[in-house]
Amino acid sequence: MSNTSNAKREKGAGSKTASRAMDKVHASLRKRYRAEKRFRAYGLISVVVGILFLVVLMASILAKGYPAFRQTFITLDVYLDPGVIDPEGSRDAEVLRLADYNRLVRGSLQIIFPDASGRTERRKLVALVSNGAPFQIQGLVMEDPSLVGQTLTLEVPASGDLDMLMKGRIDRSLPESERRLSDLQIGWVDTLIEQGRIHKRWNKALMTRGDSRDPEMAGIWGAVKGSFYMLVVTLLLSFPIGVAAAVYLDEFAPRNRWTDLIEININNLAAVPSIVFGLLGLAVFLNFFGMPRSAPLVGGLVLAVMTLPTVIISSRAALTSVPPSIREAALGMGASKMQATFHHVVPLAIPGMLTGTIIGMARALGESAPLLMIGMVAFIVDVPQGFMDPATALPVQIYLWADSPERAFVERTSAAILVLLAFLIAMNALAIYLRRRFERRW
Amino acid sequence: MTASTLLLFVALLSAAGFLLGRKRAFGIADAHGGVKSLHSLPGHYGLYTAIWVAVPALLLLIVWQSLEPAILSELVSRELPAEIQELPPERVGLIMNDVKNLVAGNFVSSAVSPEISEAAEHWLSLETTFRWIRTLLVAGLTGLGFLFAWRLIRPELRARNRIERVVRVALVACSTIAIFTTVGIVLSVLFESIRFFQYVPVTEFLFGLEWSPQTAIREDQVGGSGAFGAVPLFAGTLLIAGIAMLVAAPIGLMTAIYLSEYAPRAVRSVAKPLLEILAGIPTVVYGFFAALVVAPEIRGFGESLGLSVASESALAAGLVMGVMIIPFVSSLSDDVINAVPQAMRDGAYALGATKSETTRQVIFPAALPGIVGGLLLAVSRAIGETMIVVMAAGLSANLTANPLEAVTTVTVQIVTLLVGDQEFDSPKTLAAFALGLVLFVATLILNVIALTVVRKYREQYE
Amino acid sequence: MEAATMSRDKKARSEQSAQAATRKTASSLFGTDRSSDVPDSTVGVITHDDPVFTCRSVDVFYANKQAIFGVDLDIGRHEVISMIGPSGCGKSTFLRCLNRMNDTIAIARVTGRIELDGQDILDSRIDVVPLRARVGMVFQKPNPFPKSIYENVAYGPRIHGLARDRVELDEIVHTSLERAGLLKEVKDRMDQPGTGLSGGQQQRLCIARAIAVSPEVILMDEPCSALDPIATARIEDLIDELKENYTICIVTHSMQQAARVSQRTAYFHLGYLVEVDETDKIFTNPSHKLTEDYITGRFG
Repeated sequence: MSNTSNAKREKGAGSKTASRAMDKVHASLRKRYRAEKRFRAYGLISVVVGILFLVVLMASILAKGYPAFRQTFITLDVYLDPGVIDPEGSRDAEVLRLADYNRLVRGSLQIIFPDASGRTERRKLVALVSNGAPFQIQGLVMEDPSLVGQTLTLEVPASGDLDMLMKGRIDRSLPESERRLSDLQIGWVDTLIEQGRIHKRWNKALMTRGDSRDPEMAGIWGAVKGSFYMLVVTLLLSFPIGVAAAVYLDEFAPRNRWTDLIEININNLAAVPSIVFGLLGLAVFLNFFGMPRSAPLVGGLVLAVMTLPTVIISSRAALTSVPPSIREAALGMGASKMQATFHHVVPLAIPGMLTGTIIGMARALGESAPLLMIGMVAFIVDVPQGFMDPATALPVQIYLWADSPERAFVERTSAAILVLLAFLIAMNALAIYLRRRFERRW
Repeated sequence: MTASTLLLFVALLSAAGFLLGRKRAFGIADAHGGVKSLHSLPGHYGLYTAIWVAVPALLLLIVWQSLEPAILSELVSRELPAEIQELPPERVGLIMNDVKNLVAGNFVSSAVSPEISEAAEHWLSLETTFRWIRTLLVAGLTGLGFLFAWRLIRPELRARNRIERVVRVALVACSTIAIFTTVGIVLSVLFESIRFFQYVPVTEFLFGLEWSPQTAIREDQVGGSGAFGAVPLFAGTLLIAGIAMLVAAPIGLMTAIYLSEYAPRAVRSVAKPLLEILAGIPTVVYGFFAALVVAPEIRGFGESLGLSVASESALAAGLVMGVMIIPFVSSLSDDVINAVPQAMRDGAYALGATKSETTRQVIFPAALPGIVGGLLLAVSRAIGETMIVVMAAGLSANLTANPLEAVTTVTVQIVTLLVGDQEFDSPKTLAAFALGLVLFVATLILNVIALTVVRKYREQYE
Repeated sequence: MEAATMSRDKKARSEQSAQAATRKTASSLFGTDRSSDVPDSTVGVITHDDPVFTCRSVDVFYANKQAIFGVDLDIGRHEVISMIGPSGCGKSTFLRCLNRMNDTIAIARVTGRIELDGQDILDSRIDVVPLRARVGMVFQKPNPFPKSIYENVAYGPRIHGLARDRVELDEIVHTSLERAGLLKEVKDRMDQPGTGLSGGQQQRLCIARAIAVSPEVILMDEPCSALDPIATARIEDLIDELKENYTICIVTHSMQQAARVSQRTAYFHLGYLVEVDETDKIFTNPSHKLTEDYITGRFG
């Protein structure tokens, strides 16, 4: 290159300046390429930072959450003492229900550890077993009163602290005062382990029960059902209304101030903070219309109002992608505008609309801020059975558990997050599948 | 009949109306020489009849359902014994509440006085009468509607056009809901805010430097009336949003540039969906992560440097929020960058510019308005974000610019003021609505500016 | 962001055709409000003994720009009339007036009088649905519905209630496909999507779809411009057969095509109907200078 330019240098002043310019270009090239590389590296680093964060987040939640799917159980031989349960022998359901099953649990523990004496020690002993254990026995007896008088070998859930110890979340080397389990209790646990009385099993309670103050009895089923009822309401409202609004705006609306106003409104509503919708729900649905607090119906209404803009926007995009020639073809046959729209345009846009709606639903499922406003943060033990029962939602349950100090709840919070993420991934996968399956290139 | 059975009843009648209307249309068509002699298809006449059967009855039902409780309540309270009627209105209201609870079969706190149970019985008997009237009226309207439609069916009736008009009205109604939502938001926060400003002057709220909303339960309690100066909240919100933008703006922008200008196809096809996952993670998960992982790490790191870091530092919340917004910024910037015409790039490349020079000196300035618009939307999002700050930022209203201290935000205060049982009239609860108003107005302004800027930008390159 | 994209697309679509049309005419109209070459009134014979359409002083405006200037024209029963002229001369616009397809363009406005069998179809009280059932249309680009072949043809009879039962519907579909010369090719795959056919077949499907409603008039807007010569020849044959039963108005860019298929030809220029006459006369002995320039290829 430089040889050629040397050769050309003699030819005239014009080429002389040109070659001088070339020299300058060459001189700066290295610097420029370094800048180029730096710039590229910044970009790459940015991408890596984002992905790294995702990986760390996922890994930490997975690591925290997966043990929660297993729970420690203690095998106990429980003598269903007729003297304790039903001294009169009436076998009346009410008597069976009110009996002191706690004493039975305590009794069976004392058979294993006869030397535990005194009130404090006994209380510590019972603290190894979940508060749910007596209810488990109660349930068995209520179901089959003839069991009274027999000795059953039962697996009862261990308390949250014991569970944490077994999962290595309580450090035995810490001084006793800084542990949630005393030396004495740990000694008992070791004995239980020796006797083969401690097992880890699939944590059924987590998937089947409502909330509880005891981590080992707390489950997400109530929250999952609450979320389900809410999403049903949200879907039933936001999909038809959103599609209708989109059809009007895209196919029928004249372009005037009014439709411009609607359009600006929709775009703005899509960017309004979700908590403001919660305020709307509180002021309008609860205080003005007097709807019940904590009801999935109200939660669903609020989420529907919140997702509506998303549904409208994606539905309009789907309608817009249907080529005008289809409309012309139908109109040219003498179909009315309404017929052309509902016979041809809307069916072709439905997959796109559904995709948008599912993504909107996924967003609604993960939303918690507006639900806090309408009282869905209450501590609710019962699994909701309908749209008006007090309920909470999965993300709100996560928020509630995240606030609890016990370690066992941290684990369960992460497990609940895993379940929530699984639902979200499933919904998004469905949306992607629909898009791929029905995507039409015009 | 209960409202739901009545609904079912109307639905069935309407279906019957459809069949009868269609049958009549067929009959008329045969008399006039085939279906082609009709203006519309026989099914349209059926649908027309069905609409006439159902719609007036449903409208009546809606009006009835919304008015009935008020009317019942008014009628029953008029029948209350004179000595109760003379009580102050709040007391009467309480008694009426008891009556309603008794009617609903709920447990009523005190022993039920005979007046109340009598009123409840009166209520129930009135309700039964009302239900009968309602059923009769609905049935009557369906019948009238049917007869009306039936008489109208003839070949010249433009049934299809009329149905289409009804559908059109329904479509218009659906599209107007967006307006109603905005109006609803404005009204609901505005009214409560006005009531709040009767307790606390606007100027004190907007410019006061002290925020401690704990109002006294008793008059003589220490810390009396609470302070409602929101400046520390605004400052805290801006601090956290600022930290978030410091993270999200450069990373998001560079990500977009790298992915659209540099990345090989394989990298892009992996990195893009991964980053989109980041956008799909619920904010409560980010909050959990910020509070349980990031905040302790920052605290530990700060302490190893000899800094005192609050366990709920603004930095932790801001950092995590920033990460949450990265995909938002990057996808907005991506759109904007791709909207820059290829001709501009070609021009720069033809002059011998490198990729980074083209990007920084040609594409970036050209895309700047769009990018600014996108960043404004991101700021609006950061300001309105709730769960991360509720879980990871503090409650104490410190007026500070130090990111290592705990600050609180507007959204955090809205949540803390409104969660839990509150009486609705205390300034404490109303303050939440005033904060909501500020939040709504601030984000509204940001959104409108951002959307306008982005739209103008797009039009420029169309 | 989605929103912004969308509003752009929406605008693009809703104004697409309108803009295209305005641009077409505007480019040639600007500055030449009335070309001095254009005659004050149409040359040739605008009337017909047995007219289906009688158009008098038809003007079309796109927003404020006039695209068609005072067109007077009769279209006779069972004749094939072709409309020719350079790009942007308004021939397609005029065609779209005949079944009020211009209604779909918000900014388009049509004035004057177009009578179909004595009834003014520009009257705003006229229902366009039955009008379009009487005056069918075939478009420039084949636009079958993304449904089966059968459903494509059956759609018109369905919405207009032309068949009382499935048997009648089958019969209509078959005869329509038969007349469109497509039955042989598709009778074994009636349930396959119409979009899977070749371009020429798709266009014949669109013609079958149009005649399934038994219209009186079929408007064809450059029906062959997207087809290869063999497919074009088939469509032209088809038009020849169809003229027994239908009135056909065809807009075409190809003078050969106009000469082959039509009995009368109308020549449009800058929105004016310059000349209309028997096709032979137009092509052998045009009366107006502009027509002559066009058909001899001096511009176009």
